[in-house]
Amino acid sequence: MYRSHVLVCGGTGCTSSGSHRIVETLKTEIEKNGLKDEIAVVQTGCHGLCALGPIMIVYPGATFYSLVKEEDIPEIVSEHFLKGRIVTRLVYEETVTEEGIKSLSDTDFYKKQNRIALRNCGIINPENIDEYIATDGYEALGRVLTEYTPDQVIQTILDSGLRGRGGGGFPTGLKWKFAKGYDADQKYVCCNADEGDPGAFMDRSVLEGDPHVVLEAMTIAGFAIGASQGYIYVRAEYPIAVKRLQIAINQAREYGLLGKNIFNTGFNFDIDLRLGAGAFVCGEETALMTSIEGNRGEPRPRPPFPAEKGLFGKPTLLNNVETYANIPQIILHGADWFTSMGTEKSKGTKVFALGGKIHNTGLVEIPMGTTLREVVEEIGGGIPNGKRFKAAQTGGPSGGCIPAEHLDIPIDYDNLISIGSMMGSGGLIVMDEDNCMVDIAKFFLDFTVEESCGKCTPCRIGTKRLSEMLDKITKGNATLEDIDKMEELCYYIKENALCGLGQTAPNPVLSTLRYFRDEYIAHVVDKKCPAGVCKALLSYQIDPDKCKGCTLCSRICPNNAINGKVKEAHVIDQSKCLKCGACLEKCRFGAISKK
Amino acid sequence: METVNIKINGIQVEAPVGSTILEAAKLAHIDIPTLCFLKEINEIGACRMCVVEVKGARSLVASCVYPIRDGMEVWTNTPKVLSSRKKTLELILSDHDRKCLSCVRSGKCELQKLCNDLNVENELLYEGARTHYEIDESAPHMYRDNNKCILCRRCSAVCAKVQGVGVIGANERGFSTTISCAFDLPLGETSCVSCGQCIAVCPTGALSEKDDTEEVFAALADPDKYVIVQTAPAVRAALGEEFGLPIGTNVQGKMVAALRRLGFDKVFDTDFAADLTIMEEANEFLDRVKNGGVLPLITSCSPGWIKYCEHYYPDMLDNLSSCKSPQQMFGAITKTYYAEKMKLDPEKIVMVSVMPCTAKKFEIGRSDENAADVPDVDISITTRELARMIERVGLNFNSLPEEDFDDPLGRSTGAAVIFGATGGVMEAALRTAVETLTGKDLPNPDFTEVRGTKGIKEATYHVAGMDINVAVASGLANARELLEQVKSGEKNYHFIEIMGCPGGCVNGGGQPKQPASVRNFTDIKALRAKALYTQDANMPLRKSHENPAIKQLYKEYLEKPGSHKAHEILHTTYVKRTVNQL
Repeated sequence: MYRSHVLVCGGTGCTSSGSHRIVETLKTEIEKNGLKDEIAVVQTGCHGLCALGPIMIVYPGATFYSLVKEEDIPEIVSEHFLKGRIVTRLVYEETVTEEGIKSLSDTDFYKKQNRIALRNCGIINPENIDEYIATDGYEALGRVLTEYTPDQVIQTILDSGLRGRGGGGFPTGLKWKFAKGYDADQKYVCCNADEGDPGAFMDRSVLEGDPHVVLEAMTIAGFAIGASQGYIYVRAEYPIAVKRLQIAINQAREYGLLGKNIFNTGFNFDIDLRLGAGAFVCGEETALMTSIEGNRGEPRPRPPFPAEKGLFGKPTLLNNVETYANIPQIILHGADWFTSMGTEKSKGTKVFALGGKIHNTGLVEIPMGTTLREVVEEIGGGIPNGKRFKAAQTGGPSGGCIPAEHLDIPIDYDNLISIGSMMGSGGLIVMDEDNCMVDIAKFFLDFTVEESCGKCTPCRIGTKRLSEMLDKITKGNATLEDIDKMEELCYYIKENALCGLGQTAPNPVLSTLRYFRDEYIAHVVDKKCPAGVCKALLSYQIDPDKCKGCTLCSRICPNNAINGKVKEAHVIDQSKCLKCGACLEKCRFGAISKK
Repeated sequence: METVNIKINGIQVEAPVGSTILEAAKLAHIDIPTLCFLKEINEIGACRMCVVEVKGARSLVASCVYPIRDGMEVWTNTPKVLSSRKKTLELILSDHDRKCLSCVRSGKCELQKLCNDLNVENELLYEGARTHYEIDESAPHMYRDNNKCILCRRCSAVCAKVQGVGVIGANERGFSTTISCAFDLPLGETSCVSCGQCIAVCPTGALSEKDDTEEVFAALADPDKYVIVQTAPAVRAALGEEFGLPIGTNVQGKMVAALRRLGFDKVFDTDFAADLTIMEEANEFLDRVKNGGVLPLITSCSPGWIKYCEHYYPDMLDNLSSCKSPQQMFGAITKTYYAEKMKLDPEKIVMVSVMPCTAKKFEIGRSDENAADVPDVDISITTRELARMIERVGLNFNSLPEEDFDDPLGRSTGAAVIFGATGGVMEAALRTAVETLTGKDLPNPDFTEVRGTKGIKEATYHVAGMDINVAVASGLANARELLEQVKSGEKNYHFIEIMGCPGGCVNGGGQPKQPASVRNFTDIKALRAKALYTQDANMPLRKSHENPAIKQLYKEYLEKPGSHKAHEILHTTYVKRTVNQL
């Protein structure tokens, strides 16, 4: 027994800001102070507040240290661990009150969250199966195998109203029912862990922080549909997730929770990993299976759907990580418990990756139906530097931009679609007045252009042409007819592309056209970028009344575009100006402006 | 047959269960345009030419792969469908080398036809960045011009699935996707077997045989050269298609007339050498059976198959018959026996072959194929190239008279003409081998068990007190399947015929190209083969050993099958090759 547990975040975010070195230093310092048998150091998964990493939580008391540096460790050990005095200057600001340190769950970031999929992330040591079991792990599997029929399992999932968390929002129970409905000598259960939306990392967090939940859920799924083999298709760019999954699989096999005759019930199920080689399209279900089969990861036409002919031509069930992470909890607490959260057609919670122009970047799990305003202004802590909210981008490259007028819309699958975006895997990127919406559309579209597999014509050539049209607009060379032509091409691609990647690729363009058409028109008609982003449409000017002739700007200019004599007003030669903005940054008199 | 009822454009259609919308529409007399689709070979729904509207579907669907179900309602010609197809073409054109006037496929290009049909008015509508590629000329038989490639993937599908070779496939992704070899190796440095099936299925001019017609014209114009042409059996069964005749029309007489008018000094028939092949190969077979030689004996007529065997089954080279292919035997005999007989200088003879095959262009350059110390064959052109030559000089092919081949190397039997179809060599060999073994006349020379377009065929014949197990495979993926069974000991054969192309030479890589709209609904190889079997049935002599010109050749020159001289002139050797390894 230890008198205190120190949980250090070992997710990818905190690891990249040095948490592994903090663990080492902690252990050394603890040893040095003779506390080895009193204080345990546990490396956990992600806590969500990645903006404040590396994160360290000390129990009892749940003291939340943020932005911890290696050099802070000796002080924390000698003050907090040895003398019991919390090092207040390192504690997460919001929890420090006059009455003392308040609970983390009372902070703005956490109080509206409800962590179901992320339940164990940041709490347990993901590399230790006992810790998972201690938090009710594998109990759902045990119950299912000993008390349920496959149909009862499927009915529970159907009743829970759980929908696919990977993007489409297809009812999970229905998918399971279809996969069970096809007879075959071999069936497969697959897990889509090829998370690829820019900025989204909720699946990574689950895999890194609670890998056993995925194994448990897949085994339950295998029992429900009659499969004996599972594959987790995880991207190779997630090395920590891959490592912890493999450890988890080995431990589960060792405990008899994977393999032959699980729980002595005669049920056999095993899971293997397959690593993705970095193609976004492999997150599309048919491309994923094609890739597992050893072929170039490209989508194939549906029907037949995977439930009928999936991996190696056999009936296959495919869900994503976050979907699976909900399954054991639904079994343990019942469908009614799950349906008590959320909106009419979207039950439970959804994890979002907050990014962009927002204070609290990181992962949040909120009940469906939470408004976008709550997410941005309360949980996310609002927009830095007093800037104005302009839009939130959800759904990644397949989604769209939601303008301020829809800030109060309750987030769920159907609402997001009705306003031209989509849930997607849960990326949520906040944009302020400094973001150009044409530029944003181009950013997302260019992602798809890069990631298109090149199989079907509309996606291979169509998205490339769309991107060129956007480029023409941002350079001020387009006409109003070009906007019409572009819109027409968007609808063509949506109707004609082979897979979901192509069919949704025009969404960022269409949604910005829908809500920010005036910005497009400003680029085309006035040849101006209202947000001041599109370089070709900008010009830097020196106000002769404010210029003191200090010559700093002309010295910093990389292309010698600024001329003028000492103590006289300077002038920018527009034909030479590269629009790098270096002069604007350097000017001490506010004489340079961007128009 | 179980059927379902669907509505297409408001009309009730009954179609078999498992049909696609494309197939059901065909039953309703509607041809939905396709581009990437090749039945059973490339069913990938990629190009999106064949999109249709289906009631209740979220988007347009690809009719080539979309299965019908009872009560389905489909529209194939709504404004949305037509404008989508047009836009697909406009996008393809925006990244296509549009030098149509000088393109070898002009007038017969599937893309060009679709653009006409769908009223594409402005090929520059989506002008933008273009991909640019070097033309790959590294292989001996073909050009790959990716600037004309529309990424339909028919070529890579046929290479991988039908031929089991798979040396071309998609590299890169998105807009940069190209069809090329692994690690962008030039095709000539891979284990490509030169079969040309990729060319046969390419809808545009991206893949084409190396055109040697100018070389032939130059030889014909050279007064110092004696230019002799030989034509393979399968050519006569397909050449007419280039002039609008129905598939399966035998145009032997008009072909001979055309060749004579093109100015060849002698118009001979490869069929003569096919009969000669049977003499040598049947002898080799009987010798191996009697003297415990390596069995099964495998035929060596198909140079695509030979190259495949050298790359993929180098341990089975001893199973190959040492006989040169009929093309090479013909060249060898022409430059030795015929040259001596006619007092011609072999150096001055230009031996031109017209073949249904692109691998023949590779074969003429092989080592150990120069009986008179000059190459047995100088120029090998395909059926398509011959058609171009005929067009170039303005011959009105369809109104030409029917003429006969020249003597003596234009004489042949029915056994030779069926060489052009899968099973034909086996049947011809059996006709001779059985008569040799039994010493009796065959009452009926038909061995129908080895006929037909099935990929692998087997038969057992009881001859002179022994069972002879034979097998026939066409298409190299089928060949692989068969060879694996032989290697594992699962099957035991005495004699195997293998042809590189599915269906045999009638469906060779050098034959007239039929668009997918025809290929998908017509068995062109069966129709062409029928033309050859009909000719065989109507010939007075149907066994190779009865060919009087062959008898004369042995009497005057070669002595007997398998003689020392025959070996020097008519037999060859093989080399072990590897499959590319880095």
